[in-house]
Amino acid sequence: MSAQAKTVRITYREAMRQAIREALQRDPRVFLMGEDVGKYGGCYAVSKGLLEEFGPERIRDTPLSESAFVGAGIGAAMGGMRPIVEIMTVNFSLLALDQIVNNAATILYMSGGQFNIPLVIRMTTGAGRQLAAQHSHSLEGWYAHIPGLKILTPATLEDARGMLWTALEDPDPVLIFENGALYNMEGEMAADAGAVDIDKAAIRRPGTDISLMTYGGTLGKTLEAAAELARAGVNAEVVDLRTLRPLDDATILDSVTRTHRALIVDEGWRSGSISAEISARIMERAFYELDAPVARVCSAEVPIPYAKHLEDAALPQVPAIVEAARAMVGEHG
Amino acid sequence: MMAATADFPRHPSREHALFLMREMLRIRRFEEKCAELYSAAKIRGFLHLYIGEEAVAVGAIHALEPDDAIVATYREHGHALARGIPAASIMAELYGKQEGCSRGRGGSMHIFDAATHFHGGNAIVGGGLPIAVGLALAEKMRAEPRVTACFFGEGAVAEGEFHECMNLAALWKLPVVFFCENNLYAMGTALKRSESETDLCLKATSYEMPAWPVDGMDVLACEEAARRAVLAVRSGEGPCFVEFRTYRFRAHSMYDPQLYRTKEEIEEWKKRDPIVLFEAFLRGQSLFNDDDSKRLEDEVAAELKKAVEFAEAGTWEPVEELAKFVYSERKPG
Repeated sequence: MSAQAKTVRITYREAMRQAIREALQRDPRVFLMGEDVGKYGGCYAVSKGLLEEFGPERIRDTPLSESAFVGAGIGAAMGGMRPIVEIMTVNFSLLALDQIVNNAATILYMSGGQFNIPLVIRMTTGAGRQLAAQHSHSLEGWYAHIPGLKILTPATLEDARGMLWTALEDPDPVLIFENGALYNMEGEMAADAGAVDIDKAAIRRPGTDISLMTYGGTLGKTLEAAAELARAGVNAEVVDLRTLRPLDDATILDSVTRTHRALIVDEGWRSGSISAEISARIMERAFYELDAPVARVCSAEVPIPYAKHLEDAALPQVPAIVEAARAMVGEHG
Repeated sequence: MMAATADFPRHPSREHALFLMREMLRIRRFEEKCAELYSAAKIRGFLHLYIGEEAVAVGAIHALEPDDAIVATYREHGHALARGIPAASIMAELYGKQEGCSRGRGGSMHIFDAATHFHGGNAIVGGGLPIAVGLALAEKMRAEPRVTACFFGEGAVAEGEFHECMNLAALWKLPVVFFCENNLYAMGTALKRSESETDLCLKATSYEMPAWPVDGMDVLACEEAARRAVLAVRSGEGPCFVEFRTYRFRAHSMYDPQLYRTKEEIEEWKKRDPIVLFEAFLRGQSLFNDDDSKRLEDEVAAELKKAVEFAEAGTWEPVEELAKFVYSERKPG
């Protein structure tokens, strides 16, 4: 960014709201639908003020019927609209799994290419707010298992601001996972920030000694860990995956090929996870580039607990990332 | 609840009578041929035949306009034929050929046709209802005078999605007409063994939606009930619910030994075969004779012969195209 570029101080929540507002202004087919998105202003206040600005036709409060309103989003998308469906949390999205997995992801294929589903579903994911085991899980990796879906995990202000429009322009269903711990994140963003690509991972910190790969809520922790590693003489690269499906294999493999070490940081559980998938791809396609086994820092395999000290212990934290990285570099560096 | 047939003039023109008869015969003979082709291993997978229920699809679908949308179930060959999807295209789909209406990607349970707004056979019981609600939402938001017809069996009323969708459609006064095909068995489970309240219309009226039952073996009654419902829905009064009381003469699918019902019960219902009933009625009115019967049968047989020839001559989609249409080929922007 040039020194003259104008910036604004903004939170992740506000950046997302700007994105929704802009979409509503730009395209009359766009509308927002979900539980408490209107009168209440959004469970996490993302849509606050939009009902007053756009009215109840386009900011639609729904009954507590995840399957019906997510499926209605699919039908409305087929019928020529561009719905943004908000689900309060990823745990509630399980009540709409039938519609997402059996319909949204399959209809283009089952219909032989006749009916595409230009639907965007936004939902909150992740832990760190003492909301216990029914509001804190990170299931985006599950959704990344499903062909037919695209899975976005904006971790920065720019991505919160810019991914939505690109998702809405996509002809197929796109799920956006907003880590709840990020909503209050505040920083400087270009005043003219707009749409961003959704098919490339981003190098958030270039480095030479090890690749730390992460996304969403753990990007901040991973960058902190990289800063601490730098003080210890380890030059870590931080790759923000941004999109979990399709994975940007080229950026992942290129980074590993340069640093020869990969540590994956994932707030999801380790077993059968997106971190496992990334690890496998590195083994399959860059095995001989590796100077150390691929390693992972993931959440403990427990339902996320309420008590703060237990929740902290369950989640990937900076010291664990630093320790894992140092062990990899120390052994072979 | 209204009695759907009370004030209906049961005097169809000869032309209309022959049309309805031909449409029912087309379905009956198509399904009989499917059973034969299944035994010959030309058709595989699950195959659910509509024999016995022809009056419902023929009556209901001819109450719709060409621009109206249809969402159907996995027992949808009859609806597809009545809607005007060419028999050849449906048969090729059942063969798995790329000339099939879904390119062989869907098979018997997933007939799609954009040209006739046929939004799919859906093989998840209740799974099509949210989509129909969404199509109707799009119609309403776009202020189009179209309605969406949603077919489902009585088994679907046990699903949560049914209740979510009744509520949402009525709450938002959406132009969707719910056509419930009550054939008394959800696969092998009788309605009275699965529902505490077996009056299906009562369930719909509890959502503030007009609902009435109709004799699903009487094609004129089916047509009239559907016309009345479609008219009300198109006028903007919100959704309607019609319960077609019908019966499936064949097994649930080709793997069903029918342990759950007696031969006597089936024989009793066969006395009310919709084609036999209608023919007797028309002969009584001197609207139908032996020549008509022969001519219709010949025409239907000729169409079916061509359909089978088309399917036989069809080609297999190259395996190289396996991943085509997982995502749209059109790029964003």
